[in-house]
Amino acid sequence: MNSRIRTTVAVAGVAALMALAACGSGNTNPLGSGSGASAAPGSVVIGSANFQENVLLGEIYAQALEAKGVTVKRQFNIGAREIIFDQIKSGALSILPEYNGALLAYLDKTATATGTSDVDAAVAAKLPPELQLLDSAAAEDKDSVVVTSATAAKYNLKTLDDLAPVAKNLVLGGPPEFKTRTQGVVGLDKTYGIQFKEFKSLDTAGPITVAALKKGDVQAANLFTTDPAVPENGFVVLTDPKNLFSSQNVTPLVNKAKINSTVSGTLNALSAKLDTTTLAELDKKVISDKQDAETVAKDWLKAQGLT
Amino acid sequence: MTWDWRWSWIGSHVDLLGQLLGQHIYLALTPVLLGLAISLPLGLCCVRWPRIYPVVLALTSMLYALPSLALFVVLIQYTGFSGWTVIIPLTVYTLAVLVRNVVDGLRSVPDHVRQAAVAMGFSAARRLVQVELPMAVPVVFAGLRVATVANISLVSIGSLIGISGLGQLFVDGIQRDFPTPIVVGIVLTVALAVLADLALVLLQRFLTPWSRTRRARS
Amino acid sequence: MNIVQLVADWFTQPAQWSGADGIPNRVGEHLYYSGLALLIAAAIALPLGLLIGHTGRAGFLVVNSGNAARALPTLGLVGLAVVVWGIGLVPTLVPLVALAVPPILVNAYEGIRQVDAELKDAAKGVGMTGSEVLFRVELPVALPLIILGLRTAAIQIVSTATIAAYVGLGGLGRYIFDGLARREYDVMVGGAVLAVLLALLTEAAFALLARLTVAPGVRHRATTQ
Repeated sequence: MNSRIRTTVAVAGVAALMALAACGSGNTNPLGSGSGASAAPGSVVIGSANFQENVLLGEIYAQALEAKGVTVKRQFNIGAREIIFDQIKSGALSILPEYNGALLAYLDKTATATGTSDVDAAVAAKLPPELQLLDSAAAEDKDSVVVTSATAAKYNLKTLDDLAPVAKNLVLGGPPEFKTRTQGVVGLDKTYGIQFKEFKSLDTAGPITVAALKKGDVQAANLFTTDPAVPENGFVVLTDPKNLFSSQNVTPLVNKAKINSTVSGTLNALSAKLDTTTLAELDKKVISDKQDAETVAKDWLKAQGLT
Repeated sequence: MTWDWRWSWIGSHVDLLGQLLGQHIYLALTPVLLGLAISLPLGLCCVRWPRIYPVVLALTSMLYALPSLALFVVLIQYTGFSGWTVIIPLTVYTLAVLVRNVVDGLRSVPDHVRQAAVAMGFSAARRLVQVELPMAVPVVFAGLRVATVANISLVSIGSLIGISGLGQLFVDGIQRDFPTPIVVGIVLTVALAVLADLALVLLQRFLTPWSRTRRARS
Repeated sequence: MNIVQLVADWFTQPAQWSGADGIPNRVGEHLYYSGLALLIAAAIALPLGLLIGHTGRAGFLVVNSGNAARALPTLGLVGLAVVVWGIGLVPTLVPLVALAVPPILVNAYEGIRQVDAELKDAAKGVGMTGSEVLFRVELPVALPLIILGLRTAAIQIVSTATIAAYVGLGGLGRYIFDGLARREYDVMVGGAVLAVLLALLTEAAFALLARLTVAPGVRHRATTQ
């Protein structure tokens, strides 16, 4: 390639990439809002954990607030609660879509509350002063232990109690944090006497866990109850008679100093309209139909008259 | 796992791609500039006082061997979700590569050229800026090219802790079992690296006019 | 207790040295994936690089694709392999091999190319055939660069294998991702330390290999250049 052509290609290519970057960058500040500092008053930072449903919920919150004139910065896919909780406590994040029961188990390993209002009250008692729970939605997405229909048939499994005698022959798969959580391996042992042969770290109730279960790399897996993969693959959700996984209502967790009444009012109105069936449907659109969280959120909010 | 490609996704996501590309360019190029800014004086010191060079080399090599993900995570505690969590470790990596090139480049200036400059009455500062640095350009640029390409590839790791760039396409694709954003992300990353490399080659040609004329003459 | 103390404690815990999540098993897994990937990559890239270097054709393609390949994002490749082929050993090896082939290929090619033309002439002069020239003259002289390529590829593989844990595999990356998710920073830092140590060991191993296999005459020439 002679140098003339090389020069032209380089200039054209760089120009094309710059154009692409420019038409997208718009107002985005890649640096974020500074070194871990919080957003300016009148604006919020919404975080999310590292699984699709939580990203979707974060996006729904974000668009609902933007419709009311609040400036929103999105910080999605950060990681597990173990990482994110400190960030909202410090104010680096303002809002998180949380699950009241899971949050309670994180704050208090000995908690036994079940039922939405009891769990909410218990959480409120344990939260540090900077944080607050807003209203819980009716929508619940619980952790669960699932097996393939073949495994369920083989060992006659319907509830978690049925798992206890056979678990030592089975391998459990789930996100890494499941191993050390009360609402996880630790609690399964304490509450049900379940001890698996081995625990394999996979992803957060995503395609890798589903694949491992289907393939037989693991015989039991931690999936979420609203995951479309469960009905699609005929997985059997083992019921939880002792309520280890308690209630898991979708509830906004906020840093009090970072929000105002517009924010809490909007989020509460939103929560009032979110139930489990709706959540499962929205999840299916994002996970199975590969629609964007943004589109799914926009369509739903519009249909509910929240935008 | 499926071959569920849905190429139409690209057309409807040009905005997002542009945004991520812009973030990625920022996160990849800032460490290169910072690394260069630090390695030039540092390299100069190593040439001036050769005894510190092995120490500097050992230190930077050690830091270079650290897995990037571990460095990013450690920094979250101090720099949160800002770009600095990615920029600081990448600057260290760039430094590790460039110091060696700066020192080698400065040392590659032939003695007779330096002596000629002294004979012509150039002060030390003028010698540095007008003779030694320009002659070191080819070697320094070789390092710059390696560091730039490496940075462009490494920025994606930041998305494992939520710091955006083209890596977000990989996380999203893995989570949704959706190959299209992943492929687009890979293609854009490589394209960006190839173009950056080309741009550096052209810049190097521009900065070293004597290499151009020599070629034309031969 | 500061982090150094925590990590030291983690290393000295006897439980840490046994079982599926023990250090020996994880290091073993890591070496297994890495070693296998390196073997496969070498099996592909070495013959190819030697051939192209010896015949001198398609050299431009080799060098430039080598540069582009250095930009391939590891997370992207690992993710694509898993999404398209599912989890398991084979999908993991594909991105590792893909990242290792370019340095081996380019260095093998360059190694053969930089052999003195006079040397090749002399070899032909004493009556060696094409392949004899390749194996008895070019290869030994190119050996330092070939080993450099293998060394670069090995380091690349060892550090990429860390990322493979993101899609559920074992190896030292498991410590980093698990420690991160569970907020067990001693595990995470311990895993990072092990990854670094493994990388340094790999470097040392290849330096030793070069020492042992490169002919003294060639080695001497390489260091005086």
